[in-house]
Amino acid sequence: MRFLIRRVSFYIVTAWAAVTLNFLIPRLMPGNPAQILLSRFQGRLSPNALRSLTTLFGLNSHASLGTQYLQYWSDLLRSNLGISFSYFPEPVSTVIGTSMWWTIVLIGVSTIIAFVLGTVAGVMIGWHRGSRLDTYLPSATTFLASVPYFWLGIITVYVFGSILHWFPPSGGYSLSTTVGFNGSFIASAAYHAVLPAVTIVVSSVAGWLIGMRNMMVTTLSEDYVVMAEAKGLRPRRIMYAYAARNAILPSLASFAMSLGFVVSGAILTEIVFSYPGIGYVLFLAVSNNDYPLMEGIFLVITLAVLIANLLADIAYLVVDPRTREDS
Amino acid sequence: MAAVATALGDAPVAEETGRLRQIAALRSPKILAGFAILAIFVLAAIIGPIVYTTDPSALSTAALQGPSAAHPLGTTATGQDVLAQLLVGGRVSLFVGFVSAAIATIIGMLVGVAGGYIAGLTDEVLSVFTNIFLVIPTLPLVIVISGYLPSRGAVSVTLVIAITGWAWGARVQRAQTLSIRRRDYVTAAKATGEGIVRILVWEILPNEMAIVVAGFLFTVIFAILTQAGLAFLGLSSVSQWSWGTMLYWAQNGQALPAGAWWWFVPPGLCIALVGSSLALINFGIDEFVNPRLRAAGITARPTLQRRRRPGTSQAPAPPPANAGFVSPGERFTPVAKREKSRQRGEGES
Repeated sequence: MRFLIRRVSFYIVTAWAAVTLNFLIPRLMPGNPAQILLSRFQGRLSPNALRSLTTLFGLNSHASLGTQYLQYWSDLLRSNLGISFSYFPEPVSTVIGTSMWWTIVLIGVSTIIAFVLGTVAGVMIGWHRGSRLDTYLPSATTFLASVPYFWLGIITVYVFGSILHWFPPSGGYSLSTTVGFNGSFIASAAYHAVLPAVTIVVSSVAGWLIGMRNMMVTTLSEDYVVMAEAKGLRPRRIMYAYAARNAILPSLASFAMSLGFVVSGAILTEIVFSYPGIGYVLFLAVSNNDYPLMEGIFLVITLAVLIANLLADIAYLVVDPRTREDS
Repeated sequence: MAAVATALGDAPVAEETGRLRQIAALRSPKILAGFAILAIFVLAAIIGPIVYTTDPSALSTAALQGPSAAHPLGTTATGQDVLAQLLVGGRVSLFVGFVSAAIATIIGMLVGVAGGYIAGLTDEVLSVFTNIFLVIPTLPLVIVISGYLPSRGAVSVTLVIAITGWAWGARVQRAQTLSIRRRDYVTAAKATGEGIVRILVWEILPNEMAIVVAGFLFTVIFAILTQAGLAFLGLSSVSQWSWGTMLYWAQNGQALPAGAWWWFVPPGLCIALVGSSLALINFGIDEFVNPRLRAAGITARPTLQRRRRPGTSQAPAPPPANAGFVSPGERFTPVAKREKSRQRGEGES
């Protein structure tokens, strides 16, 4: 329990840091691009929207930084993230709310697949260390991991979407279906998600695989593995209950780092596939200088990553009894 | 290459065979292959534009031509020479990669080593700070920051990547420093009255060089990929050639649908090859730092596996990736002793 409390308080501090960073970045940047944009939108904005944008970017020079910061928080807590320029006049929170779920499902599913696939394969080749597979698989996956996500994505779109017509080359669902919780929409969404998901899995599986393989090899030369072998336990039991269970800990512990990578890659993947998720919206926001939307998306992505990390920590709690002992 | 050699060579070692061991580690085929590929790209970036003087931005009427004698890698939609862009672009991509990784590594080293050694409240604060930067997803942060940047040349992109990419190194360095600071020789140095700076620079840092280098190479991969991503999104200067910029123009020019693979494929392939070469070197360093990983190669096929899985080991040992790499331990150990240690299933370590 103490472990969990420590982690949760760390994530709260991190969330606070992310919000503060978000508050400071536009104020620290040279010049003020938001000012220019705002004057362009002057006539079209309601006074209320104008006020929220002012707090967001610190254009209100009369207030002190402290007051601005408090105002910023109070806006944030009422989930008032300002008005989006590119989706004018929709508020940022609405734009994010609709696109967020696409990304969460896409990244969530492909990360879980990549993690399971990479970890299981890592356990296998770590166990058969020195075999032919162990020699070539890590090198091959490393190459795939060094390939830029978006480059691989574009080639996948071209080969499987444009030439072979196996999968739709872009979009998140067929326009002939109605968005909602119905069979044809879900089927269409799943069908559209195959290519982006495969791209993400292929590019991110190497990290899990190599990390797990190396830890597996290291763990297998521990005394307790030799001991288990001497006791005459079944190999399968040694492999999973003795070696893999201990070897997986660093993988879970470094989940934060890896997830950051995957999220970054997935953003680029979404852009390539014109997938209606948050990464694609972020791209649109940046190309249209839509600062409120940009900031809002950064916040939401960071919070989502924090929650995912918390889940990984809970998994850690389940796998590693040592974290439970001190409660 | 020289940097790694001296970095590894500086580590003080107790045993006589220490130096031999390091040289053997550098001879690992993984490291050699990695260096070879990397050297080709670095040389191509340095010498290439001098030898191959075609202007990468020069327009011509020969649009979307496949590889030919005049244009070894074909031309773009505006008739620019792809090979010239690739060579000049390599300069920027590698520059951003290596320089931002160098800055990030130095920041990480300062934060990690200082925190790990000083301990106490300073360490707590630095460590929370590090973890925050580690958890916040980098690319969105980089995108947001670059969205505000007035100029997006190579230098500002380098700085942004460095500022966002140092945390991983700091975390690894801190962990290593924590384990080193309790060793006897550090205590001895403290007892003889060595100052804190001297202890950090001369006693602790040399023993962390291997992981510093590994962290550096890892950050180079990260930086090259991030720069390519930014450039591809049009978030870095689109008039300055880099591999990412090439991909940006290729995508905007519909290179693949037009069938111009020679325009789209090479930049991505270059990034992937440079990334793989750095990762290969990192594998080699991993094996150097963690001898158990090395023992998993041909030098020690553990009894565990041999006895239990006859099906997998009946075939003669496959030519392993590290053929030709003999660990010095093996070289100087009598065969009988080696056999014994194998039977104990200990490997060579």
